[in-house]
Parts: sequence; structure tokens; C-alpha cells
Amino acid sequence: MLGFKPVRRRDPLPWGSFLVFAGALALCLAISELLLVLQGKPLFQGLYLLWDGGFAHGYSLEDTVIKAMPIYLCALGVAVSFRMQIWNIGAEGQFAMGAIGATWAALNFSGLPAWMLLPLMLCGAALTGGLWALFPALLRVRYGVNEIIVTLMGNYIAILVLDYLVYGPWKDPVSFGFPMTPEFTDAAIIGLLPGTRIHWGIAICLGVSFLLWVFLRRTRLGYELKASGEGVKPALYAHMPYAGLVMLVMTLCGVLAGWAGAMEASATVNRLQPSIMVGYGYTAVVVAWLARLRISSIAFYSFLLAGLRVGVENLQLELQVPAAFGGILEGSLLLTVLAGQFFEKYKLVPARGGKNA
Amino acid sequence: MSMVSQLLEATIQAGTPILYATLGEIVAERSGVLNLGVEGMMIVGALAGFAVSYTTGNPWLGVFAAGLAGMLLASVHGTVCLVFQGNQVVSGLALTIFGVGLANFLGAPLVGVTTAGFSNAPIPILESIPVLGRALFSHDVLVYISFALPLLLWLFLERTSLGLSLRSAGQNPEASAAVGLNPVAMRWLGTLTGGFLAGVGGAYLSLAATHMWTNSMTAGRGWIAVALVIFAFWRPGRAIFGAYLFGAAMSLQLRLQAMGANVPSSFLHMLPYALTVLVLVVSGVRGRGRAAPAALGVNIEPSE
Repeated sequence: MLGFKPVRRRDPLPWGSFLVFAGALALCLAISELLLVLQGKPLFQGLYLLWDGGFAHGYSLEDTVIKAMPIYLCALGVAVSFRMQIWNIGAEGQFAMGAIGATWAALNFSGLPAWMLLPLMLCGAALTGGLWALFPALLRVRYGVNEIIVTLMGNYIAILVLDYLVYGPWKDPVSFGFPMTPEFTDAAIIGLLPGTRIHWGIAICLGVSFLLWVFLRRTRLGYELKASGEGVKPALYAHMPYAGLVMLVMTLCGVLAGWAGAMEASATVNRLQPSIMVGYGYTAVVVAWLARLRISSIAFYSFLLAGLRVGVENLQLELQVPAAFGGILEGSLLLTVLAGQFFEKYKLVPARGGKNA
Repeated sequence: MSMVSQLLEATIQAGTPILYATLGEIVAERSGVLNLGVEGMMIVGALAGFAVSYTTGNPWLGVFAAGLAGMLLASVHGTVCLVFQGNQVVSGLALTIFGVGLANFLGAPLVGVTTAGFSNAPIPILESIPVLGRALFSHDVLVYISFALPLLLWLFLERTSLGLSLRSAGQNPEASAAVGLNPVAMRWLGTLTGGFLAGVGGAYLSLAATHMWTNSMTAGRGWIAVALVIFAFWRPGRAIFGAYLFGAAMSLQLRLQAMGANVPSSFLHMLPYALTVLVLVVSGVRGRGRAAPAALGVNIEPSE
């Protein structure tokens, strides 16, 4: 490699994952800055707006937390499935299906009080999101069908189902032609924490974190799940019910992403409309991998990428930068982290004596 | 002109961009590199092809630029996976997120303009064959090239020593290196070829199928191409069937919509995506996943 030769480190690089992430973030921000300057935007103003929009003060931090919650729920499920080397890219579709399930409950049982309706909506979301994820899992374990592509196609299909519903049977008769359902009744809306714009969905996130921790650390099934993270062969040697675990993990992922969708529909827009689909499911994939699939790190990276998303909205507003800029940030961050992980395992030493392998 | 002939013609046009991308991914995967960035490479190709054709007025320069743009993006995947040992699945996904973002970002000022692009160049005599003549030989030049490409790639993979070397990098890179071949170089060749063809497939959308650029215009075709590689059992010849099957689904969907079919358009739009799942299940039931190159997706660790 250009006069250098990779040598495997005896001990892992101290602070390796932190150094790699810091380096990757710097590189990715440099690429973004370059793109902005090439587009004729003023030097460094873009980066300042990114920071200012996402992290700099209370109002922006509230926005960031609101966006971090759905990303967090989706990323937990994605990370658990990635650990098993089940490449579930379907959080986006499961999110849409969850929003649909919750909306179905909200529209059909609007007379119920909140303490009954909200749990019913979450049940609806768990059912639709979970079943949507179970389908590719069944195809995978029954016929060996590639789950990456089936879950991806599922995303496209789920979004089209959502479109069909809001343009068709669920359309608000007084929406002046806009594709949206009627606004939810108060009982179907997750309320706000007193004095903030943050909704009680944060309690759902905390509850899910606790239950997941108990499940992975304190139950036999959770232990097997962690162990089968090494892949299918070790799991089978240890006589673990691999097919069952795959279906369980995918369903879990679907339920969590479904709840994220329900939260967005209920708390953030108060109805079902196509604009709730902003790609949280794909951001969750980025978050899961940046967190190295560690459950404990996912909250931090969800917060960080949510902040970048809010920052990009600020850029859009102030500098007329297209929203697609967010994809560039997320994609290049993930690519540079992937490449950077090399330096945790290897160091480069100058190659002696001409060419090297 | 008969209805059948019209539908066949539309089928081939809709299938062509998918065919290019599928053939490219077949070459990449035969060399052992799983590149899930096809969607990203296609859309960057669609933009680069359109932008260059629009500024120079020369569609051929556009196609070439599209191929280079796809290749450039593929070289990012190559750098991450072949040099820095990154996970191929995640790198490909990241490449798609990055590519779609980049194309929509850079393409924003070009929305709403048109360029001449490619027009139909019917082949004289052949065109007048009843039914099939019109369907097969009344297209633009990129379609004719795509007719020859599967044969050329088959000859390359199966009948040349370079092709053998490339396939050995996908089957058993250690053995390949042991007999003095360079599997890493072969993987670079596969990755870059794949990127070039995906880029050209994207350019077909913006320069031939339509003559404009719109945001996210590939609409999942790159992912369909990845699925078709499995359906084609990694063989260039079979990719033709797959690509035109999708071409048929897409043109049928448009036709039904135009005829005012009593089906909500959302359901018609689902057709290609649902078909992809169906096609994968059929390939899965027939158990041909085993046709995959043995070292597909497995990185070659650096020797010390």
C-alpha cells in the first residue's frame, strides 16, 4: 500500500473507536464544507449553521431530542438483528406500517379515553410493524431468501400502502385534496412533558431500553441471542433454535420501528400523512453501525445524527441547501468510519525493500 | 402497429437500464465483491450523464461521464472494502445513502430542464420484420449495445484467462494468490466495471428513457438489479430474462394506468417491488443460492 505495509496490532489501539469516530467526523465535515464552498456558500457559515441548528441552544436541543427518539427505537432493533448478521434494512417500512396500525386504532376507536386508546394504538403498531418484519424473516428461514432485498422492497411497498390509505379510504373529507387523515382526537395524541416540546414518547424509549437490557442480560433467550451474534454456524453447533431467533429478532425490530412510527403519527404530526416518512429507518442503520451494534452507545449516536438532521434543516432554511445534504453527511460518515476501523486492527509500517504484497 | 409489438418495445426500453446495472453487478460479484451501492451508482450516473449531455450537447460524452461517475463511486467502495477491509454489506448501503444524497444535492439546479439525449435509430431492413422487428430494432443505440453486452461478458468471464482469474478471486482468493494471480487487482477490476455499467444504466434513464433529470429517478431499480443477480444465478445470459421481466412489469403498470384501470395507482406502483420479492422466492425455492461465488462478500485479509 504505497510503500507502507499493514501489520496487525498486538493490542487493540487504545481509545480506538473514539479516535476513529473523531477522525471520520472531521473528514466527513471537511467533505461537506468543500461541497458547500463549491456551491458558492460562504466559508464555514454552513458548518456553523449545522452546529447552531442542532446543538447550540435549548430550542435546537429539544428538536434534536424529538428526532432522536424514533431513530433510537429503530436503531435498537436494527442493531440486534445486525448482531446476528441478519441484515434487516426494513426499519423504514416497519415504521410506516406501525404508523398505519396506530392510525387505524386512532380512527376507529376515537371515542375511547386516552389511557385505553394510546395502549391500543401501540398494540396496533406492534402488530402491523411486527408482522411486516416477520414476513421477510419467514422467507429467509424457510427458503433462504436474501433478507436485505426483501426488507428493502418492503420499504417501498409499505410507503405505497401508506400513500394509498391517505389518498384513498382514510383521506380527510375536509382536507382540500391534501393526502392526510383527519386530525387525531386528543385522546390519541401523546402529550408533552410539562414545560417542554418533548413528548412522553421519551418514556416509551426509556421503558424499551430497560426491558431490552433485562432481556439480553437476564434471560436465557437473550443470552442465546447474544451468543448467536457470532453467526449461524456457532449457533447451530450450540443447538440453538436459529430459525426461531431470526424470526424473534426481526419481529422485535418491527415492533420497535412500528412504535417509532406510531409516535411520529401521534405526537409529532397528530395524523397520518406521507411527510412522516423522512428516512429515520435508514438513519437507524447508520446509527446502529456507528455504535458498533452496542446497545449502550446507540442513544448517543441517535442524538448525534438527529442533531445533524436538525442542523441540515437549518442549512436548508438559511442557505437554501437541498435536504439531500443530510444523505451526504450520513453516507460519508459511515463510509469513513468503516474504512477507519482498519486502523484499530492494523498499523502501517514503512515497507522495507521495494514492493510488498 | 400491434398492441403486442408496442408492449414488447416498451418492455425492452424499461428493462434496459436494469440490464446494464445487473450485468455490472454480476461482474462485481463474480470477482467476490458484493456492492449494494448499485442504486447510488445508478443515480449518480443518471445525473452525471444528464449534466454532461446538457452542457456539451453530446449524449455520448454524457454516457461516458455517467460510466466514470459510477466508477468513481465504486472506487469508494473498493477503497473501503479492498484496501481498508470494511464490511461489504454496510459499505454498499452507505454508498447508496451517499450517492442518492449527492445526486439529489448536485442535481437540484437541473430539475425542470431537458436535453436532446438519444433518439431512436431504427435498423433498416430488420425493423420491418413483423411484430418482433418493431419491438427489437426500433430503439436507440444504447439498447443495441445492451443486446451484445451479455454475450461479450459471457465470453470474457468464461473464455478468457483474465475472466478465469477474475472468477477465481470470487471463488477462492487464497488459491488464486497461491498460483501467482492477483485477486485484489481482479476485485478492483470487477468493482470498477460494475460501477461503470451501473452508471451507464442510470444514464439510460436520464438520456434515453426520459430526457430529463428528476430527484430519485432510479426509484429502486438499483436494488432490483441486485436481486436479479440472484435470479440470474450470476450468469450474464440469464440476466436478460430477468431484466425484461421487470421491463414488462413496469410498462404494464404504466399501460394499465394510462388505460384508467380501476386499480389505485399505489397498487400499480407496487408491482415491480412485489415482483422482486416473488422472483427471489422462486430462486430460493429452486435452491440456486448455491450458485453464488464461494467467497462473495468475504474480504481478503492483507498478508504480513
